Amino acid sequence: MTPLLEVRDLRVRITLPATTVTPVDGVSFSLNRGEMLALVGESGAGKSLTCLALLQLLPAAASLAAGSTALLDGQDILALKGEALRKIRGKRIAIVFQDAGASLNPVLTVGDQVRETVQAHLPVTRAEAEARAISLLGEMGLPEPATQYERYPHQLSGGMRQRVMLAIALAAEPELLIADEPTSALDVTVQAQILALIDRERRTRGLGVLLVSHDLGVVATRADRVAVLYAGQIVEEAPTRELFGAPSHPYTRGLLAAIPRLRGPFVATSPMPGSVPDPASWPSGCRFGPRCPERFARCDTTPEITRHAPGHAVRCWLSERAR
Amino acid sequence: MNRWLLRRAASAMGTFLLACTLLFFLMRLTPGDPLLRLSEDRPMSPEALANLRAHYGLDQPVTTQFVAFVGGVLRGDLGASIEHGGRPVVSLLRERLPASLLLGATTLLLNFSLGIAIGAWQARHAGRRSERWVDLAGLATASAPSFWVAIVLAWAFGTELRWFPVAFMYDPLLPADASPLAHVIDYLRHLVLPAATLTIVTVGVTARYQRATMLEALAMAPVRAARARGLTESRVRWRHAWPNALGPMLALFGLWLPIVVSGSVFVESVFAWPGLGTLAAEALASRDYPVLMGTAILIAATVVAASFFADLAHRWVDPRLRTT
Amino acid sequence: MTDSLGVPGALPREPSGRAGVLLLLALGAAVLLLPPFLPDPRAQPDLVAGVLLPPGWDHPLGTDHLSRDVFARLVYGGRVSLAVSLGAALLAVTLGAGVGLVAGYAGGRTDAVLMRVVDAALAVPRLILLLLVVALLERIPLWGLILAIGATGWLGTSRLVRAETMRLRTMEFVRAASALGAGHLRILLRHLAPNVAGPLVVATTLAAGDVMLLEAGLSYLGLGVQAPTPSWGNMIFDAKPYLVTAPWVAVAPGIAILLGVFAVNLVGESLGQRFGGHHR
Ligand SMILES: Nc1ncnc2c1ncn2[C@@H]1O[C@H](COP(=O)(O)OP(=O)(O)OP(=O)(O)O)[C@@H](O)[C@H]1O
Ligand SMILES: [Mg+2]
Repeated sequence: MTPLLEVRDLRVRITLPATTVTPVDGVSFSLNRGEMLALVGESGAGKSLTCLALLQLLPAAASLAAGSTALLDGQDILALKGEALRKIRGKRIAIVFQDAGASLNPVLTVGDQVRETVQAHLPVTRAEAEARAISLLGEMGLPEPATQYERYPHQLSGGMRQRVMLAIALAAEPELLIADEPTSALDVTVQAQILALIDRERRTRGLGVLLVSHDLGVVATRADRVAVLYAGQIVEEAPTRELFGAPSHPYTRGLLAAIPRLRGPFVATSPMPGSVPDPASWPSGCRFGPRCPERFARCDTTPEITRHAPGHAVRCWLSERAR
Repeated sequence: MNRWLLRRAASAMGTFLLACTLLFFLMRLTPGDPLLRLSEDRPMSPEALANLRAHYGLDQPVTTQFVAFVGGVLRGDLGASIEHGGRPVVSLLRERLPASLLLGATTLLLNFSLGIAIGAWQARHAGRRSERWVDLAGLATASAPSFWVAIVLAWAFGTELRWFPVAFMYDPLLPADASPLAHVIDYLRHLVLPAATLTIVTVGVTARYQRATMLEALAMAPVRAARARGLTESRVRWRHAWPNALGPMLALFGLWLPIVVSGSVFVESVFAWPGLGTLAAEALASRDYPVLMGTAILIAATVVAASFFADLAHRWVDPRLRTT
Repeated sequence: MTDSLGVPGALPREPSGRAGVLLLLALGAAVLLLPPFLPDPRAQPDLVAGVLLPPGWDHPLGTDHLSRDVFARLVYGGRVSLAVSLGAALLAVTLGAGVGLVAGYAGGRTDAVLMRVVDAALAVPRLILLLLVVALLERIPLWGLILAIGATGWLGTSRLVRAETMRLRTMEFVRAASALGAGHLRILLRHLAPNVAGPLVVATTLAAGDVMLLEAGLSYLGLGVQAPTPSWGNMIFDAKPYLVTAPWVAVAPGIAILLGVFAVNLVGESLGQRFGGHHR
């Protein structure tokens, strides 16, 4: 069976005044229908750029390097242009952005923004699109959807705006949803509700989901598999259970140790010392080397990502030695 | 909404009255006596001068004059012209206003439609070599003196090529019983050069402003989100980006009026366009101060009203402003 | 922020900004250095056969209706026009900076009153204000013209400076200075003024362009620079009746104004990019 999405060797370059950097540097993964893959990593790891690159929405300074491919049902969507690209966006792949509140246009009613998306992709009349938009808003848990339809984004709460964004994303029944930290700005209860909504679509319609988060705790209960991104590269990928049960990469272990053990606002976490280096100053050899507590001589050379158990791949010399 | 409207209207009224006050004291404080300047080329006996002084209330204390002046403005009485046989200034203004409105409205229409089209094009192709040249051309045309452009256009397209008339608003020799269409065409032909002049010297600024606001709007998160959901490029630009670029453009509209007005003092007089600009220039030549003052007051009222309506329109365009 | 124009290393980076600086330098050099080599701009050598001569060897831009050399008048007129622009722009920006600093620093009622007045004054176009003032004065001297144009041009700048001052006022170093017991005047002059210098340079440049156009306009209406002193504006005024027979007499000063204002705007724009956005 071909996977729904197969990303191979994705590279994003950014031209800065002085140099060119590669903040996404050879990312590969695949995702099946009805599956949820979580992409986790600290701030600056390159998660958002990966998402944007898939839909060719990179900022002006950034570009895709030659050789990057992303096959949607076998078709390379990174090579698409114009109308063909437009018909993929929103129709087959939908995205919810990191700062969803700012993604709604302040001068249009939220209903209009759902409706136009329906109309852009489905052969419906305006009235039908409107009816569908209202029912979508209702499905996303907005009370009195017909009233909310007429309202402007600034009249809604953050959680409601996020539900609207989700309604927009699901308006044309996409096959794949890319959700870039869809809940990071929301409080815990709303977070859970939004994730439950996404999960429902996955189970009922076979929606494939690429869920981005910097918080492993959020993905633990929902994702089928997890890919850990560090400094533009995937350092470990495994089924969720296995990743949590037997993390192989020291970075993954660090991330897991940083998960708060108790739920609630006052739990102190123990984050790893340091942060993701800037793309302009990535170290040679293993990029995690300078922060790694288990560093040894070999880490001065660059490790490749290798399979170490079925469905479990790691980019670390330690796991190589263990074999 | 209504309370906002009332407050905004009251503030506009206050601004207008304050502007009138400033104009009044400006005239009082400037060294130089209007009546002396007036009598320069009209020999007058001292008694006649004293009579005139009394007639205009200039022998009264300043406070009395001021009260009379403001009262007049509020009643719509701007005094009498010196040059035009003592006709009320208001009736002169009323006579000249339509011509100026025609020219001004045409100019603003051309200015905004061309400026927005050019600026949107520039924003779309920002950084391209051809775009950079268009940008410089906009700056260059905005650097040209309007009267000079008027003279050159009149000479090239009027005198030399004989394509368009170079004076007046209509042809006095056109028979009154000519078809309405002939009259309309006649008006339009007379309108071409003055409107073109004013548009040339103003459109560059609008285009560059639209370019900047549109670039800003195109960089907004909602625009990226609109692209991400597969809307057509023209919908992304005009439905999602453009309304966000419109607010600042409306403010520009408020700023344009005075510039168009000033520009038309020159342009109208070059083309003998029978509007307020020509009236002001004539009043200037004959030192007809009441008329000059009346023109200034009318313009101030227009400018204040324009910025009021621009604010109103801005609220209409941007729903976020409506809740306050 | 401290490097100034004129130092070769401080030339703007973008070509249009450089072109503007070079154009301005060329114009300045021409009006300063050329006059000794030119005929008297007021001389009327031959009122019979020497009027409205087309451009040629003796008169690079021909002669006007009084047989005066157009090129010489253009250069002398440039002196006047550039001097008026610079003088009036500096005056306007100084006044604007003063009012803006006071309003922004004092805040409260002073600020409210000042800005209210500025708002009202902005309702009357500057040209109309000038017409009212200048028409009252008989044969206005050059300094009077500079004064009048400068005194009517500070409104926009005062708003700009006020906004900038209000922003700076709340910042740490000003608070610190005030906590250390520095007086108001000292804070204004030592701490705030230098920080608004960048936007002010931009404002002056753009104001100079506006003034050049205004001076030309007033002179064109016969209200600005008075004959026989040439200025770019009154040259166009004089040339108007001979447009058909001798267009060069009107075209030359028009192009000079256009180039002068364009150069100033180019410089202003590139300075504006350096010092942070400044819209007109
Ligand atoms: N437009 C840009 N110009 C320059 N650098 C950029 C740009 N966008 C992203 N970067 C850099 O690329 C790297 C990856 O950014 P990205 O936004 O993908 O991180 P992220 O993993 O999504 O982080 P976060 O959790 O904070 O959202 C960062 O170092 C960032 O500074
Ligand atoms: Mg991100």
